[in-house]
Amino acid sequence: MTPHILTRSLDRAATAFVLLVAAVGVLIPLSNLLLPQGSMFQVPTYLVALWGKYVCYAILALSIDLIWGYCGILSLGHGAFFALGGYAMGMYLMRQIGSRGVYGNPILPDFMVFLNWDKLPWYWYGFDKFAFAALMVLVVPGLLAFCFGWLAFRSRVTGVYLSIITQAMTYALLLAFFRNDFGFGGNNGLTDFKDILGFNVQAEGTRAALFLLSCLALIIAFLICRAIVSSKLGKVLIAVRDAESRTRFLGYRVESYKLFVFTLSACMAGVAGALYVPQVGIINPSEFAPANSIEAVIWVAVGGRGTLIGAALGAVVVNYAKTFFTSGPLAPYWLFMLGALFILVTLLLPKGIVGTFNSWWEPRRSTGIAADEASAAREDGISAAKMAE
Amino acid sequence: MVKARGDQEALALLTGLGDQPPLVTKAAASAVSSIQSNLAMWSMVQNAWYGLSLGSVLLLAAIGLAITFGVMGVINMAHGEMVMLGAYTTFVVQEVIRTRYPALFDYSLLIAVPLAFLVAGFIGVLIERTIIRFLYGRPLETLLATWGLSLVLQQAVRTAFGPTNREVGNPSWMSGAFELGQITITYNRLWILCFTLAVFAILLAMLRYTALGLEMRAVTQNRRMAASMGIATSRVDALTFGLGSGIAGIAGVALSQIDNVSPNLGQSYIIDSFMVVVFGGVGNLWGTLVGAFTLGIANKFLEPVAGAVLGKIAILVLIILFIQKRPRGLFALKGRAVEA
Repeated sequence: MTPHILTRSLDRAATAFVLLVAAVGVLIPLSNLLLPQGSMFQVPTYLVALWGKYVCYAILALSIDLIWGYCGILSLGHGAFFALGGYAMGMYLMRQIGSRGVYGNPILPDFMVFLNWDKLPWYWYGFDKFAFAALMVLVVPGLLAFCFGWLAFRSRVTGVYLSIITQAMTYALLLAFFRNDFGFGGNNGLTDFKDILGFNVQAEGTRAALFLLSCLALIIAFLICRAIVSSKLGKVLIAVRDAESRTRFLGYRVESYKLFVFTLSACMAGVAGALYVPQVGIINPSEFAPANSIEAVIWVAVGGRGTLIGAALGAVVVNYAKTFFTSGPLAPYWLFMLGALFILVTLLLPKGIVGTFNSWWEPRRSTGIAADEASAAREDGISAAKMAE
Repeated sequence: MVKARGDQEALALLTGLGDQPPLVTKAAASAVSSIQSNLAMWSMVQNAWYGLSLGSVLLLAAIGLAITFGVMGVINMAHGEMVMLGAYTTFVVQEVIRTRYPALFDYSLLIAVPLAFLVAGFIGVLIERTIIRFLYGRPLETLLATWGLSLVLQQAVRTAFGPTNREVGNPSWMSGAFELGQITITYNRLWILCFTLAVFAILLAMLRYTALGLEMRAVTQNRRMAASMGIATSRVDALTFGLGSGIAGIAGVALSQIDNVSPNLGQSYIIDSFMVVVFGGVGNLWGTLVGAFTLGIANKFLEPVAGAVLGKIAILVLIILFIQKRPRGLFALKGRAVEA
């Protein structure tokens, strides 16, 4: 069953995308580590970390596209799940500092010593183990999304109302994490990390490995999304997006489908956040800012809502542009650019880059597609027959 | 006699009495308890007043949104920036008055109110004509486009006026305070409360008694029917949006008196305003009124118990839970309008 889903979900573009990400994930670290410094093809370490950041954003964009592009849920609070995953990883990294902190306390992180706390709060227990922290990266955002979604979808909060309350959720978390007595470092957040799994976070090798892992996570997230959207489940999700009431009247439990995909998407966002933190070296409450979540939505819109490749592409393109503009003399104009991007994309390019490209490209090869679809239909028929046995 | 004074000082005096004859001690104890209940009552009144004051600010920021979001169904994330433009209009008016006609300073706000309405309203109409009219029926896209617009407007103001706070002065009739019993009431808060209620009343009257109001309600209730009765619906859309934006501009004039006038002014109100409108119920101005004052008073009563930030978080969580119970707000529209 599983291999079948994989083969069916991997059309030509998806295969190309996976291969491209894999190639980037292998070649950039190799060039960074093996080639001599100053060589033309050597990628400097700071660029490895920067592109690692983009890859994490691409995973976040995928998770948003899964719920917005395929299920019509516009979450303006997905940055919250990203940040929660990041905080879970940050707590592990804080515990790894041990007695090397400024105050040299073997157990308490510096900011707790600074606040005169004498023992670790209960919710920090266990974060010295990587396995536990890694589990929390999935569990915390997933649980929050599950509770939130269970409440919201069951009482049929939809559309704009859902967007506004997700925004309220991330805003409430922003305010909470800013507080010192909340136990997460307050305003400054968690930073000054030393080790991850015994390797120095700053070292070139670790950075390259983290980059490779991020690319791997992107591929896995992409494959999961592909598998979902090309399965029957995905068809139901699209039906929910296009006509929710009709789907409900046809007998589908719309809220269960939505809840599943929302929770899964939050877990993906959490993983993205967890990979982001060691590469950037800091996590602070500003990651919860509603503006960040809205910006992530525009990555998806630019790349192409409802096309997974587009979401990942959009995240990389917009963030590359952001780095390019904010580091040059054009810095004061970046917000004009970003704002104009929001407006122009929604007005002129509602399908995004990839969607527009597809609709331009598809008529030209329609004959080929018809043949493909016929063969796919035949395969479906065969598998259905097999399952019936 | 000390009991009659009934304030903080008397309380300190009585509790500090020390060893006295039993009769005096007893009298002092009863006086203390009566003063304490008196003080508790006044602190309730104080909280209620702060709540009303915060509620009026919320209402002022949210009325315009209640029109664009509630009546037209347009999510205008740039609403906060209209408030900001109103505040900057006030700043410009005061600068001109300060340099040219210093004697008129006390009237600066009276001049700023219509100007702010015109500036924000004009920009609102412009936005509706160039962006929003292409996005009707696609609320989520509208949200994104107007968010982008808010970034552009913020950055434009930052470029024109600089990123720092600008000083807007209080006219003499708005500065100072007076005492009412145990509480101090500042004139600017009082004026803002009155001003808010006046704006609300004028808006309500406008919707009910003028031709434009009638047309607006007609278009909201049934667009196609209104169009076939000869109402130019797209013109009404533009004017409605302009009206909502203009009122946001007026709100900016009032808020410039109590808040920092900076490019980020609007951002700090946008989430609160949406909460008010959603809580009160979309498409209903009375709901917005009740929503604003409920949230304001609840916030101020939670603050002494939970602290300012936790109180605010509690309010947000309560609203999220409330929406689960009543997904369409406190005063929801019923019947066919719901599906439209």
